[in-house]
Amino acid sequence: MGLFDRFQPLISSLDEVSACGANPFGVNLERVLSPTEAVVNGKETLLLGTNNYLGLTFDRRCVDAARQALEVSGTGTTGSRIANGSYSGHTKLEQALAAYYQRDHGLVFTTGYQANLGVISTIAGPDDFLLIDSDSHASIYDACRLGSAKVIRFKHNDAKDLDKRLQRLSGEKGNKVIIVEGIYSMLGDTAPLQEIVEIKNKHGAYLVVDEAHSLGVLGANGRGLAEHAGLDDDVDIIVGTFSKSLGAVGGFAVSSHPEFEILRVACRPYMFTASLPPSVIASVTTALEIIEKEPKLRDNLWANVNYVYDSLDRLGFRLGPTKSPIIAVHIESRELATHVWHELLGAGVYVNLALPPATPGSTSLLRCSICAAHKREQLEAIVRTLAEIGERTSLLPRARAVGA
Amino acid sequence: MDTAEKIIEMPMSEDYVFQETKKILDSVNKSGVSVTGDTNIVEDLNVDSLAVMDVVMELEDKFDISIPLNVISNVRTVNELVGAIKKIKEEA
Repeated sequence: MGLFDRFQPLISSLDEVSACGANPFGVNLERVLSPTEAVVNGKETLLLGTNNYLGLTFDRRCVDAARQALEVSGTGTTGSRIANGSYSGHTKLEQALAAYYQRDHGLVFTTGYQANLGVISTIAGPDDFLLIDSDSHASIYDACRLGSAKVIRFKHNDAKDLDKRLQRLSGEKGNKVIIVEGIYSMLGDTAPLQEIVEIKNKHGAYLVVDEAHSLGVLGANGRGLAEHAGLDDDVDIIVGTFSKSLGAVGGFAVSSHPEFEILRVACRPYMFTASLPPSVIASVTTALEIIEKEPKLRDNLWANVNYVYDSLDRLGFRLGPTKSPIIAVHIESRELATHVWHELLGAGVYVNLALPPATPGSTSLLRCSICAAHKREQLEAIVRTLAEIGERTSLLPRARAVGA
Repeated sequence: MDTAEKIIEMPMSEDYVFQETKKILDSVNKSGVSVTGDTNIVEDLNVDSLAVMDVVMELEDKFDISIPLNVISNVRTVNELVGAIKKIKEEA
């Protein structure tokens, strides 16, 4: 039996998908030109699949802060916080995150994936229950596997279903911890936080909100869904990432629970990995100041979201239920989705292709992520290209006004 | 809330649990093979991990129990699943 024999079905699936002419999961951005453009297959391509919601990756202030930290503190920390010490930048960023979220404690993780993996696997023990949304990100599912708590899944964004499942656990002594996301990464919809909080309070449960895709996007100060919904005080722990609106890599968790800092010596994905390079910490610290102080970025982002969502909706594309910087075009057939994705890339527009089982239900998705730095003429070109290809591939009904 | 959904308590035979489990599995079975006690749920029925978790949710509602995903992570066959459900129901 060969070492990779059991991957044969996956190898076949990848071959099938790649038969469109390219591997959708292996696109090379040969040269990145800006937050919205890169060279792909030798061709200048508009980026609509970056999660770079505020376009800060090339912001002069972030780049300068990173460069300066690189010169002053070197290329890397070469170790973990517990074994090899904390650089002052890491500690300052943790304080800045705690202050921004108006919490007592902040922890920085090396990736957003590890932030979820670490927090969720550690806060719930063998007698406790994790109640997770059925559309949860892979990092949440993996956290459930790493930890020892009992895991119950509830129907996506369905507070009534959550209530029913918590009711069944009413005789259990262990803690119940509910995990939801500010914006779900595939469909771009938000959790019904008000209803979730009511259910949490009714059952005396705890609540963790993953603001990975909503940080910088929702709320007057950009803190995410909890701020947007006016429910900051009802969330026990907020988890998030530096790799989307903040334009770098890394993750964090903030909380006002008095014992929260114990995670530093109990949470394995925090403890047993090298900490982020000083340059990343510096650019993230600067980006955090920018997203708080410059609501204009969010205004630009939402103006772009409205334009693209309304244009695609008018053209007849089937879209996700909620307007957000993640606009998911639904395509029933996996083959058609792959074909349209490849046609778009050929025409100079890069979007993300998402296929089942990574998607909810059995739908395939062309996942478009909008950026505050997209110029209107770029978005017009993108909509025009989508419309042309939509009609040519019979995804759209014919004779619609192109670019309407 | 949801008292209407509460199932009236009554002892459940192994066969009853099997038949109800089979009904739910039949609805996701893409392979065409018929579901028996020895059927390997993932391999024989050609269902992905997400579909299996959806089946678990339906079973929870059908039998009004909690089936923690990690508790049944070692379950491979339909009989093992039926056994796990019986055990949870009896302990409830």
